[in-house]
Amino acid sequence: MSLLQVQNLIVEFPGRRGTLRALDDISFEIAPGEILGVVGESGAGKSLTGAAIIGLLEPPGRIGGGQILLEGQRIDNLPYEQMRHIRGRKIGAIFQDPLTSLNPLYSVGRQLIETIQAHLPVSHAEARQRAISLLQDTGIPAAEQRIEHFPHQFSGGMRQRVVIALALAAEPKLIVADEPTTALDVSIQAQIIMLLKNICKKRGAAVMLITHDMGVIAETCDRVAVMYAGRIAEIGPVHEVINHPSHPYTAGLMAAIPDITLDRERLNQIDGAMPRLNAIPTGCAFNPRCPQVFDRCRQQRPELLPAGATRAACWLHDVPVGVAA
Amino acid sequence: MNTSNVSEQFSAGPPQGKLAPSGGSDVREATGVGAPLVQAHDLAKTFDVSPPWLNRVIERKPRLMLNAVDGVSFEIEKGKTLALVGESGCGKSTVAKLLVGLYNPTRGGLTFDGQDAHAAFKTPQGRQLRSRIQMIFQDPYASLNPRWIVEDIVGEPLREHGLITDEAQLKDKVGELLKSVGLSPLDMVKYPHQFSGGQRQRISIARALATEPEFLVCDEPTSALDVSVQAQVLNIMKDLQRERGLTYLFISHNLAVVRHVSDQVGVMYLGRLVELADKQTLFAAPRHPYTRMLLDAIPKMHDIGRDRTPVQGEVPNPLNPPTGCTFHPRCPHVNDRCRAERPQLLTLQGVKIACHAVEEGRI
Repeated sequence: MSLLQVQNLIVEFPGRRGTLRALDDISFEIAPGEILGVVGESGAGKSLTGAAIIGLLEPPGRIGGGQILLEGQRIDNLPYEQMRHIRGRKIGAIFQDPLTSLNPLYSVGRQLIETIQAHLPVSHAEARQRAISLLQDTGIPAAEQRIEHFPHQFSGGMRQRVVIALALAAEPKLIVADEPTTALDVSIQAQIIMLLKNICKKRGAAVMLITHDMGVIAETCDRVAVMYAGRIAEIGPVHEVINHPSHPYTAGLMAAIPDITLDRERLNQIDGAMPRLNAIPTGCAFNPRCPQVFDRCRQQRPELLPAGATRAACWLHDVPVGVAA
Repeated sequence: MNTSNVSEQFSAGPPQGKLAPSGGSDVREATGVGAPLVQAHDLAKTFDVSPPWLNRVIERKPRLMLNAVDGVSFEIEKGKTLALVGESGCGKSTVAKLLVGLYNPTRGGLTFDGQDAHAAFKTPQGRQLRSRIQMIFQDPYASLNPRWIVEDIVGEPLREHGLITDEAQLKDKVGELLKSVGLSPLDMVKYPHQFSGGQRQRISIARALATEPEFLVCDEPTSALDVSVQAQVLNIMKDLQRERGLTYLFISHNLAVVRHVSDQVGVMYLGRLVELADKQTLFAAPRHPYTRMLLDAIPKMHDIGRDRTPVQGEVPNPLNPPTGCTFHPRCPHVNDRCRAERPQLLTLQGVKIACHAVEEGRI
């Protein structure tokens, strides 16, 4: 059974000029121990999906429909106090900027011990021992001494290791990692990605990895969901999505990324920009930029349809009608 | 350069020290026909990051000097692109600001089309030189004045340099510039907030092109943009280079982008160039261990599920750099000489490289 099921999730922001739908009918699943990548450009709704799952939507944002199930239990409608126990215990979170996700006034040890004791029935001494071993597992040298240090005494890469230790402190089943390496340099990024991949495999934790870097997705994930304008454009096994993209947006995105192993005179460009939330076109949200657009795309919104080994929200894959049009 | 002995003495002094005496005759000789348009020789910039005077006196804190750029030399031929890559804090952006004259070098200098640029910037004729060197900044949200309309933003360099004074002519020129970067002349009356990130970066390209410069310094022009928009901006930059014969210094931390735009690539680490080679050579056969590490660290789209052991360690604190080769604490080929002696940038088999191990043939 799936660890996490997201079914027809809608997130909306009520405003004076009407309600904006930031996430529109998102459905996906994560199996235990699986790494799902979520990729897309800024404003596609990647981070919002993560925030909805961990119950940290900023008001006035709210879940306007659909449901989120963790191990078969609904978690999207839980009261704040109950959600607080799930967050950390069952779902860990890693955010982009490690400096803002740690409290600058407390030593990292105190923050780790507090987290462990909040979720697990252990004594202070046991919690401390656990904190030290967590720091060791995340590759922090001299963890016994470093546990007394404050966040500002760590470098960016080391801080992100502390944040990973914090997310893993109560042994959650699912980690939501929102752009965990975007603020880091490439050499540090490689270290953190390998750490995240290996440590989650060792502990059997599933990961939802949100990033805009397709290279990171390729190296890390089992499956990937490509998001566009608050919807999932394509979802499937990572090698299929990268090597045989089925949605025109995915194909365009792949060709737009400069490849370090290839020389190309021009990059493929997708003209235009992602629509604003108050001006999402009818039918397929990608239709004004799509090179293969036809009438049906402008009128009717495509659902995720089977397309080879992946599923893509594109009428091109609805074969009989696509031929007729 | 012939002034290197003199400038060594300046390097110990305060950062805003004197400009080294201008190049003299040898520079003019070196820039005959076919000479590089841009020549940086031994560029260095030291920042004074000392605590305030009172703290130094009362708490006996020492003066602190940060060598942001420490002796960087390169040449760029007309119509070509040199890319500088490196991790944050390696001095890439400081080099950019030195080249456009936003900083005065502590040591060394820049020869642009045969003239000592930093000496010229200080003279009245220097304005003319400044109009030939322009810059594109990283963040298009911060580099455009939010209270100006696009016409004023793009037209400012033209007014400032006194190239066009007639209002109608200015409007025509701005419209033409906007068209050349794929925007509409009708966009002239809008404010920056009415544009997306990619469009804003095009506005800043249009502004940089206003004075018809020959040399553009681009400091991470696409790193704030999404990939599909990045592709649009990179394509425009390449088209403009082809049409106008522009020379670029392209600064980036993204090696894939660098491979796409550059002719030559310089790799920087802690304020120094460690490898400088043409693009084909650098990507096919990287020599310096740091270049190899950088290339290996990049997640590659077609290496699905690749497991690897990334190089450990982090960039050291530039206030207290390691002795000898500054990369030695992270280098897999380190020996005693690397810990003690600083490697010079030598030309080895057509590639400029600063590494004892490569020089000795150990790697």
